[in-house]
Amino acid sequence: MPRSASRYGLRFVALGYLLVVLIAPLAMVFWRAFDKGGDHLWQSLSDPNTVHAFKLTLIIAAIAVPLNTIFGIICGLAIVRQRFPGAGIVNAIVDLPLAISPVVVGLSLFLLFGRTGWFGPWFQHHGIQMLFALPSMVIATIFVSLPFVAREVVPTLREIGDEQEQAARTLGAGAWTTFWRITLPAIRWAVIYGVVLTTARCLGEYGAVAVVSGHIEGQTETATLRVQDAYENFDLPGAYGISLVLAVISVLVLVAMTLLKPKESSP
Amino acid sequence: MRRSSRRPSEGAQAALSLGFTTAYLSAIVILPIAALVWASRADGVGSFWEVASSPEAVAALKLSLGAALVVAAVNALLGTITAWVLVRDEFHGKQFVNALIDLPFALPTIVAGLTLLALYGPSSPVGISIAFTRTAIVAALLFVTLPFVVRTVQPVLLELDRETEEAARSLGAGELRVFRSIILPNILPGILSGVALAFARAVGEIGALVLISGNLPFKTEVASVFVFNHIQSGDQAGAAAVAVVMLLISFGILLAIGGVRFLATRHERA
Repeated sequence: MPRSASRYGLRFVALGYLLVVLIAPLAMVFWRAFDKGGDHLWQSLSDPNTVHAFKLTLIIAAIAVPLNTIFGIICGLAIVRQRFPGAGIVNAIVDLPLAISPVVVGLSLFLLFGRTGWFGPWFQHHGIQMLFALPSMVIATIFVSLPFVAREVVPTLREIGDEQEQAARTLGAGAWTTFWRITLPAIRWAVIYGVVLTTARCLGEYGAVAVVSGHIEGQTETATLRVQDAYENFDLPGAYGISLVLAVISVLVLVAMTLLKPKESSP
Repeated sequence: MRRSSRRPSEGAQAALSLGFTTAYLSAIVILPIAALVWASRADGVGSFWEVASSPEAVAALKLSLGAALVVAAVNALLGTITAWVLVRDEFHGKQFVNALIDLPFALPTIVAGLTLLALYGPSSPVGISIAFTRTAIVAALLFVTLPFVVRTVQPVLLELDRETEEAARSLGAGELRVFRSIILPNILPGILSGVALAFARAVGEIGALVLISGNLPFKTEVASVFVFNHIQSGDQAGAAAVAVVMLLISFGILLAIGGVRFLATRHERA
């Protein structure tokens, strides 16, 4: 049967490709991290600079994720519910961070807040350190993770329509009540899914943060920057240890994505 | 902000959400990009062009575009096959494989680079050493761009009406003919926009490449690494020139995706 032969052929090609490109590398992180035993792994993870790097990553995510979530919901509502001229442009700008290189983002902020940049002198005059410090790292992370909640909320808002919202309004509910009682519950899975994607991106960002952070060990080094630093200083157990933690987080993200997806399509 | 009548509150809500959206996008996205464009033209258009066309910059941009083209082509083929297998084939563990597709979106790219280096680098357990070559660059880019085509083609294939295919088969069309005349035209917009996203990602990627590419100027230094290195060495003009070229490529790709979307939905709008 040529049909079943081609079916097995395609299955072989697809799964073989995934094995070489996806599964083998993932398995490699786990294997290498436990190479020298659990004690060694624990020792490299409890290095003060590594602990600080993880803390910094979490702080940045804790600021960027809520801001982008609020933005994503409001932006989705603006794009879908208000027919304003230029909605297409807003939509396109929201997509920009998906197409722009993180390094270009980093350089843009570098130029904006640098000594000769538009805002650099002003912040310097007021004694606020933007570059090589938390503020620019947070802004860089917000930039690269900006589209994810909005991207999920927009199609869901379109799909549910505004009939229920209209009904609530007719029954006398205010805008705020309508949002909390009708709109938000209807889009909550899309929001949560977007939040998961945003969080993953925030924890994993490298390029944009690498440019603006200055790589100061124990100060402006995030977990991903620490991986590079450890590797380049021949601290392989350290590099694999941090990678293991990040890989475990991303596997948890995958699990969350898988659990959330079906609920989204059949509410 | 409590109000008694409905009309003004709706107006206020609209103005608030629109104002917030515009302000946020301006502060986070538009302002930095404007600063970059402004800085790149600070010494005049002539000098911008001179820097952007320096041999090292051209080599880096060529390498990025070339690698992205290869990656886009591989994704178009293998991404489509993978989406097909995930939709039309049945095998044990399909759900697991399906969930795994998103791994590159979840795994930090620097970790991806490190693990590819461990697997296909000097101390490779499988005996393949491609580290610090252009092959390594393509391999790393294939990892980070894997989900794009699969995830844009998959939903279209799921919704595809299979009766048309059956009709074509019963009329004597071969598998290849069915694919070419019925399936491909339907999934082509999905393939194209997935490929465009993968291309954009490949041109701009840095995290997965810094460890594995070796970053040798003229050999394995991609555009993003060029920008990064020149920022580090204080050559902001050089970095900005190449960054603006990359920015233009990004804009071009977004326009192309918009065009594909426009053409793909023209029947629905008509």
